[in-house]
Amino acid sequence: MKSISTAILTSAICLGLGTPALANRVFVSNEKGNDVTVLDSATLEVIGHYPVGARPRGITISPDGKELYVCASDDDLVRVFNPETMEETHTLPSGPDPELFVLHPSGNPLYIANEDDNLVTVVDTKTHKMLAEIPVGVEPEGMGISPDGKVVINTSETTNMAHFINSETYEIFANVLVDSRPRFAQYNDAGTKLYVSSEIGGSVSVINPETQAIDKKITFDIPGVLPEAIQPVGVRVTKDGKKVFVALGPANRVAVINGETDEVEDYLLVGQRVWQMGFTPDEKYLFTTNGNSNDVSVIEVAENKVVKSIPVGQQPWGVVVAPN
Amino acid sequence: MKGRIIILLAGLCAATPVLPQTATQKPMEMVRAAVLRVDKPSLPPISRLDTPPADLGFAGARLAIEDNDTTGRFMGQDFEALEIAATPETAAAELDKLLADGVGFVVTLADEEQTLALSDRAGDRALILNARARGDRLRGADCRFNTIHTAPSHAMLADGLAQFLMWKKWNEWFLISGSHPEDIALADAYRRAATKFGAKIVEERSYEDTGGGRRSDSGHVQVQQQMPVFTQRAAEHHVVVAADEAGIFAPWLPYQTWDARPVVGSAGLVPRSWHPALEAWGATQFQNRFEKLATRPMWDEDYQTWLALRMIGEAATRTNSTETGALKEFMLSDKFEVAGFKGQKLTMRDWDHQLRQPVLLTTGSVTASVSPQDQYLHQSSALDTLGIDRPETECKF
Repeated sequence: MKSISTAILTSAICLGLGTPALANRVFVSNEKGNDVTVLDSATLEVIGHYPVGARPRGITISPDGKELYVCASDDDLVRVFNPETMEETHTLPSGPDPELFVLHPSGNPLYIANEDDNLVTVVDTKTHKMLAEIPVGVEPEGMGISPDGKVVINTSETTNMAHFINSETYEIFANVLVDSRPRFAQYNDAGTKLYVSSEIGGSVSVINPETQAIDKKITFDIPGVLPEAIQPVGVRVTKDGKKVFVALGPANRVAVINGETDEVEDYLLVGQRVWQMGFTPDEKYLFTTNGNSNDVSVIEVAENKVVKSIPVGQQPWGVVVAPN
Repeated sequence: MKGRIIILLAGLCAATPVLPQTATQKPMEMVRAAVLRVDKPSLPPISRLDTPPADLGFAGARLAIEDNDTTGRFMGQDFEALEIAATPETAAAELDKLLADGVGFVVTLADEEQTLALSDRAGDRALILNARARGDRLRGADCRFNTIHTAPSHAMLADGLAQFLMWKKWNEWFLISGSHPEDIALADAYRRAATKFGAKIVEERSYEDTGGGRRSDSGHVQVQQQMPVFTQRAAEHHVVVAADEAGIFAPWLPYQTWDARPVVGSAGLVPRSWHPALEAWGATQFQNRFEKLATRPMWDEDYQTWLALRMIGEAATRTNSTETGALKEFMLSDKFEVAGFKGQKLTMRDWDHQLRQPVLLTTGSVTASVSPQDQYLHQSSALDTLGIDRPETECKF
């Protein structure tokens, strides 16, 4: 039944496209499968599975689309791949247990959260040298960067803070206490809002980057879902800042938030334990990683609609779409 | 590897002003706590795998202090926990020393009787955080206002297991309890859970501790003869529920029962607060950090001690205070919540000062399930389907 409806849906999508959409590669890290599943964003089909080292979690790609970075957490390094061939080109020193990272908008350097050692490591992606280690709170995870590249945000899950780091001096200049287990930090493109999700606190703090004050706390209420199951993790904002998507973990929903009012407008049913998300460059689709159902849900952004689920590998964690 | 990092960190802290302005401007304020473990002389456990490590509980404390101090750097707060291993004879004197020294928080790892005695001795001079004793009377008729419990109660553990058994439709239980007072108290919790969730105890037997059957005695040689006979001709049942808090016989039950039935409770499928194989909810990195520090897996007592000290740290962060009274008040308020790697926030029951928490149902090598089971709903918190709820409490502060 499910496969039939999926098939119909898929063909409907394909028929709906008068002209072939620009195909981008979608890269999904599978935490327990030690591989990356590559999808085609036009056909929504799996291209292949490629080994990438032990416990891959954070995944990102250079702005020019030439280097794919994967946090190989249990190898204690970042592995770099040619996104076309999925061959490893080199590794970057990451410090122990890299979990999540963010690239400077220019593509260099890379800021890495070292979960087991309470550090953020800064690595030059050109020289492959470690530039700095910045001590932060307990269990650093979320990494965000301001659109102008001047401020790096790290969230520490057990300290419950968003640390504001000056990207030139590597000094922490502000610490904002948020609700329990902050997992992710995301600026809007205008740089006027910083969204920080709190997994156990069940909220998203909307922080004013200028004053570092929490302007609003977004909370979630889904009929028929236990409040304990609502655990916000990944956050993505459309380029125009009008739509904010928040992955709600074991609530198996993605919340759609109005980026102007910061009010929840919709909940989309996706796979189980949804954590991270990635847009296609044209923002037609948003891909979500569903760790417990081992699949990726595809959301049609304009329609707020889940159009397909694609089986990937074991415990999908992160996702990034090639820019070209 | 570890050493390198420490040196690097220290170097960074000393050489460059990496720390935020707040930490360097404000003098560090100290929060002082102690972990008082009362060790009773006892026989070795049935399995040598269950021999308690020398740093039981203390290792959990060290991780909590590391965690609290890391956060404390941003708050201008410094945390310490003294580690004291006492005997039942020296425990009171050790507590007196701590109280005289002005330590405001004492985490106890002791049996029921000792925990109660320490609570009464501390009075309003210190907050006691019970990280071991599971007896329901400490949360009931013998509850104390100055005591909070991070160890789950017998009732919570029994209810957590009962919910799972009811979901399995294994509702006919053969209850075997030991002869020690703590075994009898645990068996009471299973009887209560059976009534609460609609299971039926179809047969009850008591396993007398006559000093035999342990590894130190004759071990498996006798057991293989004893256990089948002991469990023979019981009424038709789905599971054997073992209530063996003293650790005398339960590990010998699986595969030795007369009828081919699973064993749950003190052996087989065991309800507990922590399991070193738990990986969900960020537990993997928590286990990693602990194992790096302690070079062994985490025990329940380590988790419960870690939790007690993290509660203090969390209260200090949220109140931006290191003052004992303010921290106590916040911890006991409905504003308090702490994350404990169990997938949801843990909060305090105001009627008996028990910390609400999910119960892990574990086999030897995996976490098989986590209660509360989704089917059990509650008007205020699903966690209150586990243990003694507000309307039924016997606790009066």
